Parts: sequence; C-alpha cells; structure tokens
Amino acid sequence: MADTTLATPVRRPFALRYPSVMIFLAVLALFTLGVTVLSEGFGIGVISTSFVKTLGKTLCLCLVALAMDLVWGYCGILSLGHMAFFGIGGYAIGMWLMYARTEMIVVESLAAADLPPTAQEISDGIATQIFGVVGASEFPPIWAFAHSLPLQLAAVVLVPGLLALVFGWLAFRSRVTGVYLSILTQAMTLALSLYLFQNDSGLRGNNGLSGLQNLPGLDDTPQAIVSVWFLWASAFALGAGYLLCAWLVSGKFGSVIRAIRDDEARVRFLGYPVEGFKLVVFTLTAVIAGIAGALYYPQAGIINPAEIAPIASIYLAVWVAIGGRGRLYGAVIGAAFVSLLSTWFTGGQAPDIVIGSLRIQWVDWWTVLLGLSFVAVTLFAPKGIGGLVDLLADRRSPNRHGAALGPEPGALREKEADQ
Amino acid sequence: MSTLLEVSGVSVSFDGFKAINNLSFQIAERELRAVIGPNGAGKTTFMDIITGKTRPDEGRVTYGERALSLLSMSESRIAQAGIGRKFQRPTVFEDQSVADNLMMALKKDRGPFAVLFFKPSAADRTRVEELAAEIGLSGALHRKAGELSHGQKQWLEIGMLLAQEPRLLLVDEPAAGMTPAEREHTTDLLREAAKTRAVVVVEHDMEFVRRLDCKVTVLHEGSVLAEGSIDHVTQNEKVIEVYLGR
Ligand SMILES: Nc1ncnc2c1ncn2[C@@H]1O[C@H](COP(=O)(O)OP(=O)(O)O)[C@@H](O)[C@H]1O
Ligand SMILES: [Mg+2]
Repeated sequence: MADTTLATPVRRPFALRYPSVMIFLAVLALFTLGVTVLSEGFGIGVISTSFVKTLGKTLCLCLVALAMDLVWGYCGILSLGHMAFFGIGGYAIGMWLMYARTEMIVVESLAAADLPPTAQEISDGIATQIFGVVGASEFPPIWAFAHSLPLQLAAVVLVPGLLALVFGWLAFRSRVTGVYLSILTQAMTLALSLYLFQNDSGLRGNNGLSGLQNLPGLDDTPQAIVSVWFLWASAFALGAGYLLCAWLVSGKFGSVIRAIRDDEARVRFLGYPVEGFKLVVFTLTAVIAGIAGALYYPQAGIINPAEIAPIASIYLAVWVAIGGRGRLYGAVIGAAFVSLLSTWFTGGQAPDIVIGSLRIQWVDWWTVLLGLSFVAVTLFAPKGIGGLVDLLADRRSPNRHGAALGPEPGALREKEADQ
Repeated sequence: MSTLLEVSGVSVSFDGFKAINNLSFQIAERELRAVIGPNGAGKTTFMDIITGKTRPDEGRVTYGERALSLLSMSESRIAQAGIGRKFQRPTVFEDQSVADNLMMALKKDRGPFAVLFFKPSAADRTRVEELAAEIGLSGALHRKAGELSHGQKQWLEIGMLLAQEPRLLLVDEPAAGMTPAEREHTTDLLREAAKTRAVVVVEHDMEFVRRLDCKVTVLHEGSVLAEGSIDHVTQNEKVIEVYLGR
C-alpha cells in the first residue's frame, strides 16, 4: 500500500513511469525484425509473402484498435463507426495508387502511336481504364487530386478528420451519448457504405479500387520486397501511434478523458468543456484510423464498400473488448489475436468438427464462436486478455463487488479497472 | 458586503409538479449559509438551477459584481466563473488516485489543448499536498479514490472543490453517512472555507447546522419558508409544523 508515501514523488522519465510502453516497443521491434529475417524478400524465406502481408495488415488493425481503445476504452464513447474512417483512409491512398499506375500503363501504350499523345488523350485513356467497369469514361470531381501523392496523403488525414469533426460536433453538441451515439455512428458508416456502393458515387461502386498492391513505377520490385516494406511502415506507424496514445492518456488529459468516461456530469461541474474533449478525441482517433487504413489497403490489394459495412466497426469494438478496454496493450493484443484467429478459421485451415449429423464448418461457425466469446468475456472476464497481466502482476483492486466506477453507461466497471 | 449570487422569482416544474416555486435567495461574498428543509423540499433542484444542470421555467439568476446571468451559460462555463458544487452522493473519480483527482480540480486553464500540454509545476504539486493535508488524506495521495471510506470520499470531494478556488461553494448534505468525529472535521472545513468565499450548505441534520453557526434558510415545497438565525427559525411556528414537528 502506498499509505506511507507522504510526498508526491519527483516525476520520473516517461519510459520509467510507463514500462509497458517500452516493453511494447521492444516486442514490436523484435517481431518486425523476426518477420524480416524469416521473409522471402529479405531473409531465409520461411514465411510466405502472403503471410507477411497478413502480418502487416494485422499491425494496421492493431493501430485502429488503439484508436478505438482511446475513444471507447478511455473516453467512454462507444463509436461503432471508426472502420468508416479506416476505409476512407484506404480509398484516399487507393485513388492515387490506381491513378498513378493506370497513367503509366496508358502513357506506355500511347507512346507507340505516331503522334505524341495530348494531355487530354492521356486523361481520357486513364478514365476509360478506371471507370470502364461502371460504364463511365470521365473523371468524377472527387478524383481531382488523384494525380498527386501529397494531396491524396493529405486526404488520408483530412477527410476522416473533417468528417469526424463535423459529425462529432453535431452529435456531442446535442449531448447525444451512450447507445444513441453508437446507433448514430452505425448510421454514419452505413450511409457511407451505401453511398459508395452506387456506381455514380465516383469510386467504382461495388467494384471498389483494386490492384493497390502494385506500387506505381516499381513494377520490377517483387511483392516479396514490397510486402516487407509495408510491414516496416505498419510497424513504425503502430509504434508511433502507441507512443502518441500512451502520452495522451498518461497526463492530465488522460485523467480528464477517463473522468468523462466514468462521470461526465461531474467533469462539467469541474469546469471542463466535456464536448470539446470528446471532439478532440473523436477527431484524433478518426485520423489515426484513416492512417491505419491507408497502410492496410495497399497490403490487401483491394478495397470495396463492403469493408465499410457497419459490422466491421462492431468487430473492432469486439476486438478491443476481448483484449481489454482501457489499456493500450489490451487493444493491440485483442486485435492481433482475434483477427489472426479469424484469418485461420475463415481461411479454411481449421479442421471441421463433426457431432453426429451436425458438421461444424468454421468458415460459417467462426462468427458464432466469436459472438459467444464476446458475451463470455463481457460477463466473466471484463478485463479481457489484458487482465491476465494483472493476474501475473497480482494487482490488488478495491473490492466493491464489481460495481461501475461511475454513473455513465460507458463507465469502467470495477472488475475492469486495474490497480 | 455586496451580493454575490441573487436568485429571484425562480420556478421549475417536472411534468407539472412544481419542484421550485417562486424562490428568491441572496448570498453575499464570504457568507456561510445553511439551507435546510424536509426531503423533497427542492434543495438539490435549487443547486441544479444555479449550476446550470436544470433550466428554470421562469425567474432570474445573477452572479458576481457584473450581475452575470447564469441561465444562458453551460455547466462548465458556470464552474469556470467560480461556482463549485459538491453532490449529495460523493462523486469522485474512483478509478483515479487521490492526487490525480485533486490535480484535475486545481484551478487551471480547462481547454482541451491547454490540458494536453499541461505539466504540473512544483508549486502545483505542493498545492495538491497541502490540500490533501487539509482534508486529512496526506497518507492516501497515491491510493485510488475508490478505495477510500465514504467519509474520506466526501472530504476528497470537498478538497477538489477547494482546489477549484471557487467564489461560491454549494455543498449538498456533506455530513450524510459520516461518523460524529468526521462530522466535526467537516464543520471545521466548511467554516474555514467560508472565510475566503461564500458557502451554501444544504443539510438535514439540525445539530450539524447549529454547529455551523450561521444564517439559515428553510425551504419547503420549493419556496423559502423562513430565514434567519438558527434560533429564530427553530422558533418559527410554520417551520415547527412542517419540519421539526415530524
Ligand atoms: N429530474 C427530475 N424529474 C422529476 N422530478 C424531479 C427531478 N428532480 C427532482 N424532482 C422532484 O422535485 C422534488 C425536489 O427534489 P430535490 O430537489 O431532490 O429535493 P431535496 O434535495 O430537497 O430532497 C422532489 O419531489 C423530486 O421528486
Ligand atoms: Mg437532495
């Protein structure tokens, strides 16, 4: 017990106060190094390129799970729309990838002609190539910046950020909270995906954007190499995101947002503009989600509106719950564990189970298993997988029979709070 | 002494039930005031109105030397203007340490970005320690607020209010659920606080109010029934009938 400590100790360096951050970064670095050494592109080739991509994508999912944990686990806003921001990030980078590569192909094929092609001919050529599938041959206005990598990179950050800012401002200002806010975020992501499904949305309808794994101008570089580059980029982004989140939740800002999660009204009477804090967290996490998506989809190779379906954001919340909300490494563990397991089950590798006449094929039954695990975790182990760390560290918690630590619906329950 | 807060002709009804009925109330700077009244008299609702939680149907609430109307301000703006509030049920942030609770309450810029880049100075940390000493929680600075006893939580909440440095302190039933010794400590804290600011204490317990030794306002069915010294109001026949007679 800390009863005997009379004075506040001098603030130690960040790394010492938060050893879990250093441990996480070390594990991440080792993991990245290990995969690199085992990869086909840079190492001994034990791990297939497609599995390197799966691992790289998993790191991006961990990053968006961090964002989810910040907004839900720490600030108590159960957003069920963050995968929309993730998808927008993917679309933003995908537009440039598709444009730039198609441009090269078109220029190459036109170079054979007698007369040098005009800019208009090139542009028409690209448009026909990209929009032929939806029966159009002209660039929709939304593609105005697709020729420019810097502008599309800016869009990766700005579009999710602005959407979150406007949406959050409207929702928080009217004091929409709890389940109503969750429903509103679901509506947002549903509306976005339905819009993108339309052929005249300008983003190729249900075909989505494809061929994103091919980096323009790097046709000679094999995917074995590119996949490791993206693994590095994803690992770097996850590490940087983790540091940023750890910094955000460590100081007074972290205190205030956790206080908002547990008892929003009380925070208002302390004089904090609760809506402003929520808006900052919501917008910032949307930006993180956008960046994660921009790194994910070049590894996936394809993005279509189904990726933005409401269920995707619900899965995101499930990962964070299973990993343990309200602790950063919990979100990462949950996302990595569940998404890799999901890849295994739905990839047809898991053996079928035969019980009498019932044949359990995991491709179909995995969702049922996931749903049951989610219910089980919520009921019996609200700390999630991250709670195992507490068991190991044998942390003592105040015992008030698991009561909520505040009146808000998103308040941490005592069973979730660590010492 | 000049008036700090003036509530005049305020009424509020919930689904047709008049919880506050044409209530008027004034408090001066650095005044200690007790508000008593039977359960359901509207004491908590009265605080809700001042702090912006409940909007009245009619009436005016003005504050400070410039007679600022509080009715158009948000809860957080009202708190920033210098009105602090302690709830009936102790509300501290149970998942956080006593030190974090106090640090959050310290009077500082409340904007999200100011908070993001806030680093506690040595003076801030000393202030937190002083406050902890004042509320008898020096030894518990690094314990989670959720582990404290009921009485200690009440004090922590009072400490957080002092940290806010409000000009007007509204305290709802601070002694509820306290042991006699804890009650005495609480009386001292409130009397001490009232030397530098105005304090309104809502309380049920007559003995506690007597020890506060201040002007008393009796509420009944949403309006003021009597006002004056404790002896004055306890001799008032209407008061005896509706409150003390029970
Ligand atoms: N939000 C509300 N909705 C409906 N009725 C309320 C609400 N708040 C208070 N009341 C009613 O107003 C009356 C005064 O309540 P309150 O101010 O809590 O009394 P006190 O604090 O003096 O015991 C009570 O009858 C209570 O039921
Ligand atoms: Mg009350």
